[in-house]
Amino acid sequence: MTKPVIIAIRGLSRAFGEVRAVNAVDLDIFEGEFITLLGPSGSGKTTVLRMIAGFEKPDSGTILLGGKDVSQLPPYDRDVNTVFQDYALFPHMNVISNIEYGLRVKGVDKSDRRARAMQALQQVRLEGYESRKPAQLSGGQRQRVALARALVNRPSVLLLDEPLGALDLKLREQMQIELKELQRAVGITFIFVTHDQEEALTMSDRIVVFNHGRIEQIGTPREIYDNPQSSFVSEFVGQTNKIEIEGKKINVRPEFIVVSKSTSYGNRSVQGVLRDAIFVGATTRYLVDSSLGNTIISTNPREAIAIGETVTLSWDKEKEFLIQ
Amino acid sequence: MLDSVATAMHRRPRLRLAALLTAPVLWLVVAYLGALATLLVTAFFTIDSFTGNVVRKFNLDNFHDMLTDAAYKNVVLRTLGIAISVTLLCSVLAIPMAFYMAKIAKPKSQKILVALVLTPLWASYLVKIYAWRTMLEPGSGVVDWLLGPIGIHSPGFGGPAIIIGLSYLWLPYMILPIYAGLERLPNNLLDASGDLGAHNFYTFRKVILPLIFPSLVAGSMFTFSLSLGDYITAQIIGGKLQMLGNVVYQNFSINLPFAATIATIPVSIMALYLYLVRRTGALASM
Repeated sequence: MTKPVIIAIRGLSRAFGEVRAVNAVDLDIFEGEFITLLGPSGSGKTTVLRMIAGFEKPDSGTILLGGKDVSQLPPYDRDVNTVFQDYALFPHMNVISNIEYGLRVKGVDKSDRRARAMQALQQVRLEGYESRKPAQLSGGQRQRVALARALVNRPSVLLLDEPLGALDLKLREQMQIELKELQRAVGITFIFVTHDQEEALTMSDRIVVFNHGRIEQIGTPREIYDNPQSSFVSEFVGQTNKIEIEGKKINVRPEFIVVSKSTSYGNRSVQGVLRDAIFVGATTRYLVDSSLGNTIISTNPREAIAIGETVTLSWDKEKEFLIQ
Repeated sequence: MLDSVATAMHRRPRLRLAALLTAPVLWLVVAYLGALATLLVTAFFTIDSFTGNVVRKFNLDNFHDMLTDAAYKNVVLRTLGIAISVTLLCSVLAIPMAFYMAKIAKPKSQKILVALVLTPLWASYLVKIYAWRTMLEPGSGVVDWLLGPIGIHSPGFGGPAIIIGLSYLWLPYMILPIYAGLERLPNNLLDASGDLGAHNFYTFRKVILPLIFPSLVAGSMFTFSLSLGDYITAQIIGGKLQMLGNVVYQNFSINLPFAATIATIPVSIMALYLYLVRRTGALASM
């Protein structure tokens, strides 16, 4: 990457009581990228985001925003804006007043304010909703207002704290695409927090995987998926089979395991019995009781197999991830 | 037996409603509205100046007397001024206190603080006002003794003493609704305001205050109406000052109809106040 660094995090730590929520995190975020902080709940991803926004103060470490240490500054002195998990729209203000709030605080004059707010409203395709109250909007519309309210300030970085969590699946998938397109259009750095690995893979330029307050791995979605550096990453991102073979512990993704009646399609093979086949729409998950003593899942059948039949599972060794 | 009653009740929703509401409705209509109606009717009677007996003849003499005598106008204005001052003082004291309780204090100390705010309500009204009398006694009172050396003196008995005393009495009624309102206010609205560049005072004016306005109104209905009708505090620490309640009290034994006429003033003021509050829409969200 030759892009300049916009946020440089060094040795960032924060504890809540005995729990080390964030533990010595180092991270560089580049200008204009869509970066996702991914991890299970309690992994520290949201705390990192809240420290960038200024809602939490770090116990130690620095956050350089455009080269300036902002870690001790209050939220209102930082050139970042946040889209909150449950939107946090001001319930007593209508849509346009919500969007204008940041500009009004900064003393932008009325006509300029209105023009910019209308433009932001257009960007999120909500023209005509200016005078609605948040309570009169659907979840997806509130989401868009929250986005417009943050983007209208033209921050150097936009922080998004699980903004799609409250939406239903269809709307979430649609918003994922919209968000990505919006980010390309405005060219602002997006830092997106989620626990949904699919969402992370869909939207991000880079993914940062968090676990127990530490960074497990940083990489492009493809790097993270194809080449996980730890068993945690391989298990958390995508599906994986934990297998112990020839004295080694390995992980293999279900789509790389071929299940057939007797033929082997790779340089590694294991016998088993088909216990169940679960139809999940685009794929079918084959649950095989293997001769290794565990259940191995495959989504890659070569022929029709009946439940209870003896099968051969096979894969290429190159597709295995070794677990340390 | 009980089973069959329960079954019968289940089949007849009206009967269930009657069983539920008969007692409270009776109480409200007979004791509450009945008393108010009697008050209103009595206000239009007069007394026989020779025997002192109430003459049950409808006329407007009392209202004429009340509206033309400047002394009563002064009492009304003074009482209003005191009630408004008490309400403002209680708001100014209650908002930061309630904010600390709802947003800053740890959950455990929150409960303790609520209990502490409530404790003065367990003590007798009279005890508390006499306590204030000894505190404010000019020269020998606790205030002069404690704060005299740093140049702060007791205001003595009068208007300021009444405002202090009533504010002390009604403060819990202001803190509790505001505390409840702030509890319901999501923290992330405060975060969002700061995130959008607002300093704390701006957030207070534009986000917190409009959202707790219904709570403030609820609290003010207590502080305002209780102050409007009070007369004991004025009697004990008010010096020579009289409030509407004192005028009612003085007339009660010598001219009951006129006392009733005076008593319609605070009732009318409260009715007007509730009407104005209703027009702001604050009641809709309560």
